[in-house]
Amino acid sequence: MSKVVPLRDAMARHVPDGAAIVLGTALEALIPFAAAHELIRQRRRDLTLIGPISDVCFDQLIAAGCARRVVASWVGNVQHGSGYGFRRAVEQGIPHPIDVEDHSNFTLALSLEAAALGVPYVPTRTLLGTDILARNARLRQLPCPFTGQPLVLVPALVPDVAILHVQRADADGSCHAWGASGVTAAAAKASRAVVVICEELVPPEVIRSDPNRTLVPGFLVSAVVHLPWGAHPSPVQGHYNRDHAVYTDYHGRSATLDGTRAWLHEWVVDVGDHAGYLAKLGPARLGALRPKTSQLAAPVDYGF
Amino acid sequence: MGSEALHYTPGELMVAVAAREIHDGEVVFVGMRLPILAFCLARSTHAPSAIGLFENGVVRDSPARDFVVTISDGPNVAGALWCTEMRDIMGLLQAGRVDLGFIGGAQIDRFGNLNTGYVGPPDRLTRLPGSGGGGDIACLARRHVIIMTHQRRRFVERVDYVTSPGFGEGGDWRGRVGLPGGGPAAVITTLGVFRFDPATREMALASTHPGVTVAQVRAQTGWSLACAPPVTETPAPTAEELAVIRRFDPDGFWTRERG
Repeated sequence: MSKVVPLRDAMARHVPDGAAIVLGTALEALIPFAAAHELIRQRRRDLTLIGPISDVCFDQLIAAGCARRVVASWVGNVQHGSGYGFRRAVEQGIPHPIDVEDHSNFTLALSLEAAALGVPYVPTRTLLGTDILARNARLRQLPCPFTGQPLVLVPALVPDVAILHVQRADADGSCHAWGASGVTAAAAKASRAVVVICEELVPPEVIRSDPNRTLVPGFLVSAVVHLPWGAHPSPVQGHYNRDHAVYTDYHGRSATLDGTRAWLHEWVVDVGDHAGYLAKLGPARLGALRPKTSQLAAPVDYGF
Repeated sequence: MGSEALHYTPGELMVAVAAREIHDGEVVFVGMRLPILAFCLARSTHAPSAIGLFENGVVRDSPARDFVVTISDGPNVAGALWCTEMRDIMGLLQAGRVDLGFIGGAQIDRFGNLNTGYVGPPDRLTRLPGSGGGGDIACLARRHVIIMTHQRRRFVERVDYVTSPGFGEGGDWRGRVGLPGGGPAAVITTLGVFRFDPATREMALASTHPGVTVAQVRAQTGWSLACAPPVTETPAPTAEELAVIRRFDPDGFWTRERG
């Protein structure tokens, strides 16, 4: 049975107030910005945001008052540095205080890997001697039972839902993505539910034509949303390039509280939905982000 | 045209100096911003066999063919050797397979400890973006190089919060706390290049950039800075280095505005 639903329904059904969501799992690419904006429009509250480096996606959710807790290694604007929404929440409690659990990229990845493996923790040697280890109560330092050497134990983290953006999926949620995937596979396996948002909805045989390309198999997926440009302004290899100007515009305008509110109204609330967002961007601007060249992979032969 | 006549920005000099830290054949964990250009420069000149690892999961054995703002931009993915998961990249780092990593920070202290987390007292806290992969590189790479803007408020006696450990409290601190990586090999700033004393592990000035005096460096450093005699002058970028940097950053996005 098809799992394809509109974005609005997928977010309403799978992301209730208070949910722990993992997104932005491929780092600067394939960020489900459209889903984040829909959550802002639905005025979701008390979310826990989980992700290593979210670019400005987390900053926008925090500034809009959707988040109560952040589990991340880095929150800001990759192109410009600081995320002002994040800073205002941590430093001044605006729009309300948030709790931050600090990680490195590796410990965040390992917390999802542990959940994906179904074990209580994974040991590592990163973060020894740091203040992240000293101040994050969920990270524990213990001696290795075999060698006695110091180890950091990273506990499993089970998100309620993973929200992924991919190049293509079938109606059951089996999906292909290409480019580097960051912590996506671990996040999908660690989470209680997975929402897949795709640029292209394809017949099942397209996925089965290249099973090594499958990022997540459909039996782990709860909902599929067909939403071209759903990752804009982040890049989707083969579909569109990063829209650097959006990050610069947001960086400049989010420096003040009033500017942030105005930006969120203009680009999230007032556009009404993703179609309104794309209409506001306009076809010329979107067209300019399309790849200038095509670079196809060599086919592989699964014959037998 | 003689080298004296070459005009370059502080950013271009820092990229050239960073690239020279990459030896041919090395596996390099490439951070964001200037290190992307340093890898492209090294790979195009003296280190044609260097391998670049990126924390999102990209592995390249060639420079990107076009300008990139983030490591996940299209040109950094197209033509890559491997596109995989972060777990694989961090696993290689932890297993001791990465020779060199690059990191930056908002604060640094005399033992090369970096802060990208929190600055200031609790009542006037400044929240920085966080550790990212910097802490992992500082803990696990066989050696790492730090790239920073040199200002007195950033070069402090003791950082407020350690996200990326250098040599801790000095001496054999890294071994005592169980860190497998070798620690910082150099600090490249807008004013000079710094190395660490092999015994005390304290940072010492090794070279000043052209036109910069030792006194100017001391004035921007918040502790009594040691010098590693003789303090030399950092070699300026060559015409070839500048041409390559400008090929990968044609509009000076990373190298002209930021210095």
